[in-house]
Amino acid sequence: MNICVCMKQVPDTNEIKVDPETHTLIRKGVPSIVNPFDTYAQEVGVRLKEQLGGKLIVISMGPEQAKEAIKSCLAVGADNGYLISSRSFGGSDTLATSYILSEAIKAVEEKEGLKFDLILCGKQATDGDTAQVGPEIAEHLDLPQITYALDIVEKDGEIQVKREHDAGYDMISTKLPAVVTVVKLPYEPRYPTIKSKMAAKKKEIPVLTEEDIPSIQLELCGLNGSPTRVKKTYTPVREKSGVKLAGMEPKDAANEVVKLLEEAKLL
Amino acid sequence: MDFKRDELHQDILDMVHDFAVNEVKPLAAEIDKTEEFPMENVKKMAEMGLMGIPFPEEYGGAGMDTLAYIQTVEELSKYCGTTGVIVSAHTSLCCTPIYQFGTEEQKQKYLPKLCSGEWIGAFALTEANAGTDASGQKTVAVDKGDHWVLNGSKIFITNAGVADVFFVLAMTDKSLGTKGISAFIVEKGFPGFSIGKLEDKMGIRASSTCELVFEDCIVPKENLVGELGKGFKYAMMTLDGGRVGIAAQALGIAEGAIEETVKYVQERTQFGRRISQFQNTQFELAQMQANTEAAKLLVYQAACAKDDHEPFSHKAAMAKLVASRNASDVTRRCLQLYGGYGYTKDYPIERMMRDAKITEIYEGTSEVQMMVIAGWMGVK
Amino acid sequence: MGNLNDYKNIWVFIETECGKAKNVGYELLHVARPLADQKGCPLVAVVIGKDIEGVAKDAVCYGADSAIIVDGPEYEYYTTDAFTKAMVTLVEKYKPETLMIGATNNGRDMGPRVSCRLKTGLTADCTGIDIDEETGNIAWTRPTFGGNLMATIMCPEHRPQMGTVRPGVFKKGAYDEGRSGEIVKEEIHVAPEEIRTNLVERVNEVAEAVNLEEAEIIVSGGRGVGSAENFKLLEELAAELGATVGCSRAVVDAGWMPHAHQVGQSGKTVAPKLYFAIGISGAIQHLAGISGSDRVIAVNKDEDAPIFDVADYGIVGNLNEVVPALTAAFKARKA
Repeated sequence: MNICVCMKQVPDTNEIKVDPETHTLIRKGVPSIVNPFDTYAQEVGVRLKEQLGGKLIVISMGPEQAKEAIKSCLAVGADNGYLISSRSFGGSDTLATSYILSEAIKAVEEKEGLKFDLILCGKQATDGDTAQVGPEIAEHLDLPQITYALDIVEKDGEIQVKREHDAGYDMISTKLPAVVTVVKLPYEPRYPTIKSKMAAKKKEIPVLTEEDIPSIQLELCGLNGSPTRVKKTYTPVREKSGVKLAGMEPKDAANEVVKLLEEAKLL
Repeated sequence: MDFKRDELHQDILDMVHDFAVNEVKPLAAEIDKTEEFPMENVKKMAEMGLMGIPFPEEYGGAGMDTLAYIQTVEELSKYCGTTGVIVSAHTSLCCTPIYQFGTEEQKQKYLPKLCSGEWIGAFALTEANAGTDASGQKTVAVDKGDHWVLNGSKIFITNAGVADVFFVLAMTDKSLGTKGISAFIVEKGFPGFSIGKLEDKMGIRASSTCELVFEDCIVPKENLVGELGKGFKYAMMTLDGGRVGIAAQALGIAEGAIEETVKYVQERTQFGRRISQFQNTQFELAQMQANTEAAKLLVYQAACAKDDHEPFSHKAAMAKLVASRNASDVTRRCLQLYGGYGYTKDYPIERMMRDAKITEIYEGTSEVQMMVIAGWMGVK
Repeated sequence: MGNLNDYKNIWVFIETECGKAKNVGYELLHVARPLADQKGCPLVAVVIGKDIEGVAKDAVCYGADSAIIVDGPEYEYYTTDAFTKAMVTLVEKYKPETLMIGATNNGRDMGPRVSCRLKTGLTADCTGIDIDEETGNIAWTRPTFGGNLMATIMCPEHRPQMGTVRPGVFKKGAYDEGRSGEIVKEEIHVAPEEIRTNLVERVNEVAEAVNLEEAEIIVSGGRGVGSAENFKLLEELAAELGATVGCSRAVVDAGWMPHAHQVGQSGKTVAPKLYFAIGISGAIQHLAGISGSDRVIAVNKDEDAPIFDVADYGIVGNLNEVVPALTAAFKARKA
């Protein structure tokens, strides 16, 4: 099974703080990581590859520094990686991004001399949180999609995907090729080894620009190809002054809160 | 000074950091409480190649240097002193002497399985009456022609309860003093060998520190390491390297304590201000940071000297002396900044303080380090 | 894209499964109603499913002016291919100016598929919807960067303007039985071979579906609860109050509670009357999910925990003592 994993390098949102004075995001010093959901996509891809053979290729759209993220995927089982990077791709919203990625996927198939059976994405990137690029890639490539996957198994040339729903999961099958977006897995992504890390380090990451993707239409890329516009951004301000009971006996504090709730007609 | 911190060192460090934060840190408080050896994490580290970092690939090692290994112990110890010493004792005290003094057959037999982490290693020198005075070995090994017979016991052996391979020192000829001590490789299943009681310790509580008991323990002839009567010398040379590992553990504990405290003082408010805004807090942390950086230079210097095959006993002793005292000092002062909360087990700082103390004691007390340093200085 | 002025009306997609509507569709009708009034355009509910005429009527009672329904056995359970085809066909025929979809798993599966086929813009997982005064465009507001940043997004030159909207952020309006509106039935059918995925089985893991979004009272626990066993204390309080038990992400990560109970940025957004935050420090990701609560009651041993900044009533103390005391106090009140 040949697998393409679409990966995004994101700032570690757990490390992002808001400047208490200016109410802006402090991005300085925030480490870049592989989007956590993509690490699950990569892991389930590697397991399928180990089981069934084939190649696993990682592609990522982003600046030069995203090569580091691609290398960390190579260190945990990807065979090759491509960086999709060009000035013309900057400012893309999800529609343009998914268009570029879908064209890049075709170009990579050409270069690698293979056809992908499965395209895997994380459910969403933790910086944008849109969850749109995966389904849009499927649409551009006219492939079936299964989103919110909790696990993927292969069965008789098809895949069966455990798809999350409110009270449990649906088991959904589809023929290949297909696009699957992954939420979480029953297992954690593997860690690299010192040896795999060293091997990944030495590997060249080819960069694909519009020149390497012959079929691409530039008017569908970047800002030109993006129907949405960001009007403004701001940090949420929360202010509330409530009653805080400190240093009281638990029983008295509890009774006090019940009394206050009653007085406020909340019960 | 060039500490050879190239990109590869940084990559390994990043990898160990991710592992330490995601797997080691969440378990630290629990294993401190239960004393349960973190076997699952050790197996994961084994898969990552962390149980044989400074050994050549032909013996199953990662082919990296002492510095990479030392930085790994440091990084693990930031979040869990126990996990740091498990790797350090296994690598420095069991794999290293086999690699350095063992025969080719011994290396082929033991190193690949130790480096892959399939086997865990331990080192057995200390006895009830032979601590700092390690020459007073009471464990004896008698030559029975085609095998050795060991009798005696060892105490305070790190990793003992889970180890598969032990580097054991025993007296082969009492009349020769330290020159009558020899080294043996003892496997877990050898007849007459058993593990005694688990120590209930103040810190590094999950490192499986136990007693070893040898009752007519039969050790194959070929398991004598190196030359007869050279055991004490091998042990002392091994401890030189081990001290760099413990110094790295101490360094990591101090760094971890500072990291936690910096976070805490920015969250906690008293008198209407974050306690980080008080100058006392700033000065305390600044001093601790500076001292810790100084310790780090000594630790890395010792590691690099070992890599460059320079004499490094005195450098290792200085690194351990300074880093371990700093770890105790820093954790104590950090706890003070926490105040009452720091004294509870809801925060990691009291555990770090307990873990720090041992670094001033094992693999040579601070006093032993000063003896080594004074000797090197020619102050006799 | 044709003339933008050809696109009129605000559409709300009412998601159904097995003939039953999910609440978020009705919530969207309530938030879209004033927008439609402001624009002076009709508000249309779009229902795709099986045996859904009743749902269409309900949608009118919840504020829609009219409804379009696509009914058929192929829509009993959601599939990407069938629902996308039906929705795209409708949009191409009727040309709505705006299309709102609940940001459920299915909504976020279908939304991008539809917007991509129509080559228009889609804003994901919105928590605020307004009309931009200057341009008359819909201004979609959504949290990003893990809830640390809010972004307002518009789709100025493409139609329809599409957004998925997070369930639980807005409340349902009153059900007005007196309302009536036209219900148009569209016959759109999808052949089985056009549906490329197959539902093999549905597995319900939670004994009863956890319905945090609609709970009036939620008792939620965080890392401070300490263990899975200790959630017993919260369950006792919840039982006393008839509340639903929720939790923070740390609790799910620790394996103390299943994901279905998680409240916050990567879990459910809730809007109860009372939200008890027990041993929850109040990370911004968690606060993002509870801002719709009428009143927040916090119990935490750390008096500086950020949860107290948003709490209406806070008790500083050991939750192992405070929670049983609360349970007892509520019990005493009833007696």
